[in-house]
Amino acid sequence: MTTTSSDAPRAELTALDDLWFQVAGTLCNLTCTHCFISCSPSNHAFELMELADVKRLLEESKALAVKEYYFTGGEPFLHPHMVEILEATLPIGPATVLTNATVMRPSQLKRLAAAESRSIYSLELRVSIDGYSPEMNDPIRGLGTFRRAMEGVKLLLDHGFLPIVTVAQTWKDGGDDEVFRRFVAMLQAEGYSRPRVKMIPTLRIGAEEKRSRGYSESERVTAEMMDGFDASQLICTHSRMATDRGIYVCPILIDSPEARLGSTLSESAGPYPLQHGACFTCYVGGAICSNFSSGGRDVS
Amino acid sequence: MSLERYQRIAAIGGVYSNHLALGAAVADARRRGVDAIFCQGDLGAFGPHPDKVFPILLDAGVQVMQGNYDNSIGEGLADCQCGYTDPRDNHFAKISYQYTFANTSDRWKAWMRGLPQSIRIQLGRYAVLMSHGSPRKMNEFLWESTTPTHFLERVLREHQADVVLATHTGIHWKRELPEDRHFVNVGVIGRPENDGHRHVWYTILDARDGLRVEFIPLEYDYRSLAQEMEGEGLPQEFIDTVLTGWWTTCLEILPAKERKRGKF
Repeated sequence: MTTTSSDAPRAELTALDDLWFQVAGTLCNLTCTHCFISCSPSNHAFELMELADVKRLLEESKALAVKEYYFTGGEPFLHPHMVEILEATLPIGPATVLTNATVMRPSQLKRLAAAESRSIYSLELRVSIDGYSPEMNDPIRGLGTFRRAMEGVKLLLDHGFLPIVTVAQTWKDGGDDEVFRRFVAMLQAEGYSRPRVKMIPTLRIGAEEKRSRGYSESERVTAEMMDGFDASQLICTHSRMATDRGIYVCPILIDSPEARLGSTLSESAGPYPLQHGACFTCYVGGAICSNFSSGGRDVS
Repeated sequence: MSLERYQRIAAIGGVYSNHLALGAAVADARRRGVDAIFCQGDLGAFGPHPDKVFPILLDAGVQVMQGNYDNSIGEGLADCQCGYTDPRDNHFAKISYQYTFANTSDRWKAWMRGLPQSIRIQLGRYAVLMSHGSPRKMNEFLWESTTPTHFLERVLREHQADVVLATHTGIHWKRELPEDRHFVNVGVIGRPENDGHRHVWYTILDARDGLRVEFIPLEYDYRSLAQEMEGEGLPQEFIDTVLTGWWTTCLEILPAKERKRGKF
């Protein structure tokens, strides 16, 4: 899955802009065949985060000038306190939830809409759908998930949200523009008049390694590749991932034990070697995890 | 270092080749009695005849700094460094950049190359830092709904400023911070603010009695601008924005709250 390399280039954390929470651990109601951390109803590698721990990290994050808060899993809405967590986040900063949109309830969305309207900050809901039809989506995400997720999208629209539909590029290379167009057309036909769609590359680890293939030895970031490269495009230069088992370098590598950097945010600020195949995807794709709402590249 | 001292200034954000709005803004600011006029970059993009803005800036003695667009055009880079990631946004950004690059004369490209990337002044008792996107990144988007107060406090502290001015997003806003510190996004005069109104915005800051920030809605001859854009073969989507006040492109970079306020 990964190889270590003593001469892998190291990425410095220049600013902790994005604080991620593996809030639902690896617990998910779905078992997607491309999941890079193999989430499922029975994967307890990471457990739900305690509400008190999330609140403690939110408080710690203020002094570190965190700019955006992201919540993922697993499926965040399986967390019994998800709404309360977001209600605690929105008074201090913008929040994004990555969801499959199949378990959210109208009562939860009503509270979240109210929390967002009370806040000056945005609440983003990112909904994972991996095909513009059941035939394209369901083999990846499970039978019936296309319809269920689209019902979730409509529920979000009904509550005043403009969800970002996030599409993992599970198809063979090429054809991205056509898939994008068909996604937009499908969402418009379903009543989402101004759809927001974000396409992201797959990560060849976890379940995805079995579905397609793992990384080859040549798919690594080298020191030469970093020469003149805008390192701010790498998630690990501006993010950390909080889990029930400590702080990890990024939202992607939590299955790699050495990617755990510490117990607190402040002790997890050190550099990290770009030694994984997934680092190569991050390098090629650029800021693949963020919303792109507020980033910015180094101009110089 | 001793800074230039002022009491009342006008701050103009992205111009986007809107020479008609620039002329109107300069005249309006003078009428309102300011000590100096500043422009925070992105002189080209979107609009017609990019060379028309430079004489206006020079004749009016506007103090100009570099935005990401000016950096790209000046340095001959491949794109505008606008920070878009959506395919449709990038499609229109490319059209705009190629037109602006082809129609900016070498003399002005060289001039933009030499512009500073920030400006510091003393405004009354306030140390003011002008940036394009943010003090740490020229093309960082600081939207009202995705910029926490604790983040701004850190930025101002690290850059030793009482007031930070930015532009780049295209939508004005401000936030008062503890200890009489302030962040102000001064808006842009290049295109309207995605609110169905055709006017554009610039900002007057007055420090004679505490800091007073006044966002100025600026009317200008948008119909003539639209005609010029049509004459230059610029995309109808850009012209529609000028004529309606609604953004039709570069939408995917908007956070949820700002996006919801628009039409598209």
